[in-house]
Amino acid sequence: MSEHHPAVTAETPNAPHDHDHAHDVSKHVKGYLIVGALLLVFTFITVALAYVDFGSHTANVVVAMIVATFKAGLVAAIFMHLKGEKRLIWQFLFFTVFFAIGLFFLTWLHWIDPIFGTHHTHH
Amino acid sequence: MIGIQYGITGLLFLFFGFLLMLIMRWQLANPGDPVPVIGGMLQAVFGDSAFSANADGVKGVLTATGYNAFGAMHGTIMVFFGIVPVAFAAFGNFVVPLQIGAPDMTFPKINMASFWVFFISCVIMLASFFVPGGAAKSGWTSYSPLAGVADMGPGFHPFFNGQTLWLVGMVFNITASLLGAVNFIATIIQLRAPGMTWMRLPFFVWTQFVTAWLLLLAFPPLEAAGVMQLMDRAFGTSFFMPTGLIVNGQLAAWSGGGSPILWQHLFWFLAHPEVYVLILPGAGMVAEIIANNTRKPLYGYKALVGAILVLGFLSFIVWAHHMYMTGMGAKVAGFFQTTTIIISIPSVIIITALMLSLWGGSIRFTPPMLFATAWLPMFGIGGLTGIPLAFNAVDLYLHDTYYVIGHFHYVVAPGTIFAIFAGVYYWFPKATGRMMSPFLGHLHFWPSLIMLNGIFFPMFLQGMAGVHRRWYDGGATYEQIIKPVIHWNEFMSVSAFLLAIAQIPFIINFCWSIFKGKKVVNDNPWDATTVEWVAPSPPGHGNFEKPITVYRGPYEYSVPGANKDYTPQTEPPISEKFPTTAPAGVPAH
Amino acid sequence: MQIPYETTARPDTGLYNAKLGIWLFLASEVMLFGGLFSAYVFLRLGADDGYWPMGLLNVPIGTMNTAILIASSVTVVLAWAALKMRQWAKYKFYMLITIICGIIFLAVKLTLEWPEKFVHFGAFIKKDKWAEYEAYLGNEHRTKLGLSPRPEISGHLHAVEVAVAPEKKGDFDSFLIKHHLVAEAGTDPAHPVLVVKDDHGHGPRPSIAEKLVRIPGVKAVAYEVELDAVNADPTSPDNDRPHFIPRKRSDKVATIKAEDISSWSAFAPKHSSYFAVYFTITGLHGLHVLGGVIIFIYFYLFGEKLYRKNPEHMANRVEVSGLFWHFVDLVWIFVFPIFYLL
Repeated sequence: MSEHHPAVTAETPNAPHDHDHAHDVSKHVKGYLIVGALLLVFTFITVALAYVDFGSHTANVVVAMIVATFKAGLVAAIFMHLKGEKRLIWQFLFFTVFFAIGLFFLTWLHWIDPIFGTHHTHH
Repeated sequence: MIGIQYGITGLLFLFFGFLLMLIMRWQLANPGDPVPVIGGMLQAVFGDSAFSANADGVKGVLTATGYNAFGAMHGTIMVFFGIVPVAFAAFGNFVVPLQIGAPDMTFPKINMASFWVFFISCVIMLASFFVPGGAAKSGWTSYSPLAGVADMGPGFHPFFNGQTLWLVGMVFNITASLLGAVNFIATIIQLRAPGMTWMRLPFFVWTQFVTAWLLLLAFPPLEAAGVMQLMDRAFGTSFFMPTGLIVNGQLAAWSGGGSPILWQHLFWFLAHPEVYVLILPGAGMVAEIIANNTRKPLYGYKALVGAILVLGFLSFIVWAHHMYMTGMGAKVAGFFQTTTIIISIPSVIIITALMLSLWGGSIRFTPPMLFATAWLPMFGIGGLTGIPLAFNAVDLYLHDTYYVIGHFHYVVAPGTIFAIFAGVYYWFPKATGRMMSPFLGHLHFWPSLIMLNGIFFPMFLQGMAGVHRRWYDGGATYEQIIKPVIHWNEFMSVSAFLLAIAQIPFIINFCWSIFKGKKVVNDNPWDATTVEWVAPSPPGHGNFEKPITVYRGPYEYSVPGANKDYTPQTEPPISEKFPTTAPAGVPAH
Repeated sequence: MQIPYETTARPDTGLYNAKLGIWLFLASEVMLFGGLFSAYVFLRLGADDGYWPMGLLNVPIGTMNTAILIASSVTVVLAWAALKMRQWAKYKFYMLITIICGIIFLAVKLTLEWPEKFVHFGAFIKKDKWAEYEAYLGNEHRTKLGLSPRPEISGHLHAVEVAVAPEKKGDFDSFLIKHHLVAEAGTDPAHPVLVVKDDHGHGPRPSIAEKLVRIPGVKAVAYEVELDAVNADPTSPDNDRPHFIPRKRSDKVATIKAEDISSWSAFAPKHSSYFAVYFTITGLHGLHVLGGVIIFIYFYLFGEKLYRKNPEHMANRVEVSGLFWHFVDLVWIFVFPIFYLL
């Protein structure tokens, strides 16, 4: 199944991996195809849902974002191997997402809490 | 090598930014007078928008436009082209791999790319002085809508004008910083030598680590904003251009619908963490030098590490204290005031721990130690004067006055720049194999300390009297209002010129010592414990001659029972009786 | 000393260097696009009612592009898997498809999506003049239904009516010649104007029209617009909600007086904050797609040497650039509904 590796010694710090990792990867290939199909299906669902009115504009936005987040989650977890990724990467992402949300939230907070009037910009 | 490239370029820019400020200070003390001796040459070099002739036809009077351009560029250059390249990139690239026992940074090619992208940004920024209309003049903060409309119309090139070039230069500079930040974090995580655990890292490495995270996560929104402001200027978009804007009496040619406040949010989201980027590497250098020159461990290493981690985290959620005057309501102002006051706590922990580190030490006042010791009260003044500004109510009065300028200059000028000087004197022998002259070091230090206070202390007085920070004539127009404090202008300007003279011993010392300085007797002339002193001076390719193993913490000075007053991190344990630090029950020195 | 952990993982972190590096870079990219999306939110919240358009983008084409990008995400991870399983031919096959998908994505954007925006014309009518253009705006009808007002008349420029100062006629004429335009006298003797069209009988491109009315001595009097369906019949129930599938332009031509317009332009970035943020985000995203394609082309053409020497290193390189590609796909997964559907 896997080809013969070039000869490496124990001292080489950059020696290639063992053969059994190749077995792990082959198990995942089917999973990648299934997720790919799911993503395509949910793309069409996204468009279809856009034709449905969920009551208010905010509700429409929330529904669209839930679907988008689900799709993004699949890409991140399966394609980007985040599922089963080392803890350190998750720690990086935690802080990143925290600060990204902070940027959104605090900017929005400033928007909704002016001293007087509104921040509306058009005449 | 890259460290040295960044270092030389950064130092040259620091010097250039200093020169800009000197010309501004001439104007502030003597509004309307031509700059003596070199006024004509300045007008020839910088053009007629920046300088004009006075009533008698003598050239070299700094115009209001020129003052604004010099002011904006002084800030931009000092922050982004002086301090960050020197304190973070130069010292970081040179010292961090050595201190963790690594052969190089993790991604050498990306490092090289980072320097050359930075270099391009330098060229663009310098070029912006010489295009028609001169350099950017909308403040280092580049607020829209002014920054969106400045440098447009007759007499300006539609793209190659100072304000647009400022944005392009910043985009390159930010990209370079991001590439560098990735490298630093990866290096510190992955390339620590065996035995170099996180809590054995020298404090300087911790500060560089946190600084790199601040750059990595805080810079991109400003890069996005820079692109958007560039679109506003080059493509007529209205990201930040409000509806109904009147320029020169006419409705401006933008569709409107944009928000100037959005620019401020995105700018300060970076620029607040940026100020911690400016101070943290310096604090780290000071810590190293204090430990080395007191011959005892740093007080409260764990507290210091915890403090900078908390500081880094909080620095992302305090930014709107720069925006108290934008009409924010009580909820959001209250939030930012709270986080801003809380962030003063880790700063105080850091400076207290460093001050306590002096207690009971046998202090050697080497040139680096002079600067490091002076850093403590100077940073203290800078930090304490920031506290009133944290409050919305007080900031209402002090915002955009000289008080603010005094506050932040105390932190960066006798603060970070002193730390940089300390670092230069300290690591010079490692980089060159020669010592700098201590005599010239003293000659550099004492006048600098006095003059820096002479420049920046009166600013608090002027600020509290209401002197605005961007008046190009030093307040002469408003003399009636600020009469009691206007005389300080001359005092500050004289101090500035004397400060310039005080740098001459440093320049001579630096340049001369590279070739003729006293050669070091061994690789560790300061008898230091940290790993960089094991490498040859200067280090060759791969930094170390043998692989490094670390056995102990970074500040094992004056260990009881040891045969010398320092125990290097790489020194193996002598026997089972003294495995790492002092034996149980024996207090640290 | 060689730099350790280039292909093997460091024991305490479990990562090799490049993987750590790319995740750090992606963290900064999250903040970059986060900054742009926060700008979007801020600008959209701040837009007055009716000034944030919907239904101006071609959803079928956008959906197709989304599907193409998703497919390329699948193929790039299959390419990496092939390298891990030491199947070189399969790697080349999947990598080629990835590259082709990326190029198609960009080509669709740059040929089918963007250019037609730059010839589309939109004029925002001043608020106090909405009543005069009710036949094209339909705001009474919309107010009755509780819908946002319609402040804009859009379509394609049919002609530009200008008045030219006699002393500037020379400049005006040379401009016409340079841009292949013709001017005829207007038909209304009470209002003498010159009606400018191109030499095929259509209106000039908006970018040319902009330059035309800025010539000193040339004053814009009115714009004749071949109306979009939504302005041709603004009270039809069909036009009450945004359309995702683009409809044919109508045959109706409306004349809008220049003095009634607050701003006009092509559907270019300067048109409104909507288009500003749309072009900036999709443009920056497109640059990232281009960057990814270039890197993949390099690995496709020049990867074999490294693969033969150190296949794991090659696999890691593809993994790392694949992570970048997935992130680019991830951003698009949010861009598509936000701009095309909401």
